[in-house]
Amino acid sequence: MSAVLVKTTINGDTVEYACQPDEPLLDVLRNRLGLTGAKEGCGTGDCGACSVIVDGRLVCSCLVLGAEMDGKTLETIEGMADGDKLHPLQQQFIDHAALQCGICTPGFLIAAKALLAKNPDPSEEEIRFGLAGNLCRCTGYDKIVRAVQAAAKEMRGA
Amino acid sequence: MPLDTSLVRKPFKVIGTRVRRPDGIDKVTGRAKYGADAFAPGQLVGLVLRSPHAHAKIRKIDTSKAEKLPGVKAIITSADLPDLTGGDRSMRDILENCMARSKALYDGHAVAAVAAVDMHTAKQALKLIKVDYQVLPHVTDVDEALKPNAPLLHDDIFTEGIEPKPTKPSNFIKIAEYGHGDVEAGFKEADVIIEKSYKTEQTHQGYIEPHACLANVSPDGTGELWVTTQGPFVYRNQCAALLGMDINKLRVTSSEIGGGFGGKTHVWGEPVALALSRKANRPVKLVMTRDEVFRATGPTSSSSIDIKIGVRKDGTITAAFAELRYQNGAFPFTWAEFGAMTCWACYDFKNVKSVSKDVVLNRPKCAAYRAPSAPIAAFAVESTMDLVAAAIGMDPVDLRIKNAAKEGTKSSYGPVYGPIGIGPTLEAAKNHPHMKAKLGKNQGRGMACGFWFNFGGQTCVDVNVTPDGSVTVAVGTVDVGGSRASLALAVAEELGVPYEQVRVIVADTSSLGHNDMTDGSRGTFSSSMAAVDATRKAIQTLRERAAKIWEIPVDEVEWMDGTARAVGEKHGNKAPLSVKDISAQAANTGGPIAGHSEIVADGAGVSFATHICDAEVDPETGRTSIKRYTVIQDAGKAMHPSYVEGQYQGGAAQGIGWALNEEYIYGKDGRLQNAGFLDYRIPVCSDLPMIDTQILEIPTPNHPSGVRGVGETSIVPPLGAIANAISNAAGVRLNHIPMSPPRVLKAIKAAKKK
Repeated sequence: MSAVLVKTTINGDTVEYACQPDEPLLDVLRNRLGLTGAKEGCGTGDCGACSVIVDGRLVCSCLVLGAEMDGKTLETIEGMADGDKLHPLQQQFIDHAALQCGICTPGFLIAAKALLAKNPDPSEEEIRFGLAGNLCRCTGYDKIVRAVQAAAKEMRGA
Repeated sequence: MPLDTSLVRKPFKVIGTRVRRPDGIDKVTGRAKYGADAFAPGQLVGLVLRSPHAHAKIRKIDTSKAEKLPGVKAIITSADLPDLTGGDRSMRDILENCMARSKALYDGHAVAAVAAVDMHTAKQALKLIKVDYQVLPHVTDVDEALKPNAPLLHDDIFTEGIEPKPTKPSNFIKIAEYGHGDVEAGFKEADVIIEKSYKTEQTHQGYIEPHACLANVSPDGTGELWVTTQGPFVYRNQCAALLGMDINKLRVTSSEIGGGFGGKTHVWGEPVALALSRKANRPVKLVMTRDEVFRATGPTSSSSIDIKIGVRKDGTITAAFAELRYQNGAFPFTWAEFGAMTCWACYDFKNVKSVSKDVVLNRPKCAAYRAPSAPIAAFAVESTMDLVAAAIGMDPVDLRIKNAAKEGTKSSYGPVYGPIGIGPTLEAAKNHPHMKAKLGKNQGRGMACGFWFNFGGQTCVDVNVTPDGSVTVAVGTVDVGGSRASLALAVAEELGVPYEQVRVIVADTSSLGHNDMTDGSRGTFSSSMAAVDATRKAIQTLRERAAKIWEIPVDEVEWMDGTARAVGEKHGNKAPLSVKDISAQAANTGGPIAGHSEIVADGAGVSFATHICDAEVDPETGRTSIKRYTVIQDAGKAMHPSYVEGQYQGGAAQGIGWALNEEYIYGKDGRLQNAGFLDYRIPVCSDLPMIDTQILEIPTPNHPSGVRGVGETSIVPPLGAIANAISNAAGVRLNHIPMSPPRVLKAIKAAKKK
């Protein structure tokens, strides 16, 4: 198989890479571009640890191909903070102790960002179903839900 | 001088505050580096070939075709990992689990491994390796494995604990017995006797980060290993032994760890990665897939348990007996014995006995899983306690309060308890608003108790005062859930400086003395003991330096609120010296200022919890949903309350998954049928309610701030609490975990027929 050349935008930067036609986006991000914030927990789209946003849509980067990203706009965890200023979700996760081991955290933050973009004032139930594609084995989700509630409130300026 | 561990009953200034964790920003920005996040120049991709058979003789492995594939740099089999264990059975089992020798003992057992230039080539190479198997009969059920004609895994296991020693080998590893009094006499005193049998299925720790390492062995015989592990020092010692290296030639660095829960206490692929690297003369990165994690690592035992309890009408339990049969997977250990030790530990019974039977069978080698073995035993005991309460018409909480262990009770497993929290957690449960809340349709409330020993172990900590007065702390227990914050709090408290002035790192194995595994809820307990000890030594040096600066005797210098003070009226005009003041002059007063501690952290305080659960059972589908959940647990002293709560909530959530959904499903062919998160379903956010917590603080007298380990006990009560809640909601008693919808529905239908 010969490599495919891809030109895309990642976290606001233009990025060019060559990848195999059957190579998952997650492998491109991690192994070719050094963006290891997205994690592989399963490789089958069940855990959400590899979540990224492609053209405004939340996807598991293990389930899409790097070759599909030509001309697209990607957001990963590495681009979530604005310089040294954390995104409200990031700050609330720290302040609410919403992470323990932290391996699922990038995926949760990306999924929560996508959720709040669609629904700035979600109920607890909407948060729980909105984040049901992400697995966390440490926290029991209690503090994650509270952190998202606090960030949503902060982002609404309430 | 040994560390004075006696509890210091002074008001804490920073311990108990909810500070931000030092690794927080790294973990919310994607900077934090986990097992699979390291890269080395020229690294190869490692992959493992695994047995598709539950039990098979390996007649021949032909790697010749794979070796010829361009891009393949090394292939290893057991021949590349010669047996250097010198008769040490447990080390030989570790070796054989890493790479099968004459037989494959479970579906997923490693039989060969390859290192290649990329994933594509490595996968192709695996397909070219030909293994000639002779498939043997297998067994995957614990009771079946105990039968005399069961397929035999090992020909050198002769049941331990039976006199005289059996003449024939079997799958029955060991029988053990705990307890005191005379249970037969006790049962004769009972008004009511309840007997019940239980089964639990096998579950996995389910950490989201698969096992991963980067091994780099140099031709000069030294090596480096970057790895996600709960015990870098133990991994180092075991890998070095298996590879025939001097321990000091292998440097192990623990990555950030993406969950372990006991599953990252055993080496699996690490010796294989090191052997591949040694053979290829290149760095090798070995990362497991989720399928491999399920098939070849982790799981906790499945079990079969009989319980018998005798009670008088006034609620006095006259005798209690348990027989616990646990499988250990393909290699021998004592997981049932842990069950036998923990099962009655919450209670003060005059006559009590537990018998354990440990068994091997054709499933992956069992590993510790958070309070290993205790949740299984507690499920059986706590379910039966509710049956006992119902039989005599007593409230289940009152029955437990009446029979609860207390300070001075001789525990069922031997030791006499010091100050303990079982009674207080039960009283707190009785008085909790949750207990009085109204229940809806198809809902029921259940409660249960749990116990875990907690461990201490070998621990080593360095405290270094830097030239600007800030402090670095190097520890050897890994940070599984916020312990760097807790340990910084402990040092800041002792030294009398702000939390922000102390920075804790997890040291690599060449930078610090040996530390035992981070298990048994010992991380914060033992490393804070050693950190306090090291800090006290640093304070002694700081006082000496202040005395030198002031040119007065050291015994006229005291340490208070982070400063040296000259004691006595004659020194009245001397301004206190801060850590910064003293460290700034270190070069002229004797050099660097540090404190070191090497201890065995004895005296860990035992831990108890009581949980309350409201469950709703759908009578049409048998599906159970958890509507409300409360955890009440004794922390001794909560160093960082948010992370203590996090341990309580996380353990409860794992217990809920275990109780309701999680289960290894084996086919008749002995192959695991649900090796993925789609079919092995752990709780997701929408499955759970908020999990309320209540932290009790009954300090352990053997720790300077009263800390008890808090990590494990929270997974012990949920199975029983949920079984009791389902029983009260649906009127059916489930004796088989998980209580999945089909099982619950079957029980509801059977009850209707009666």
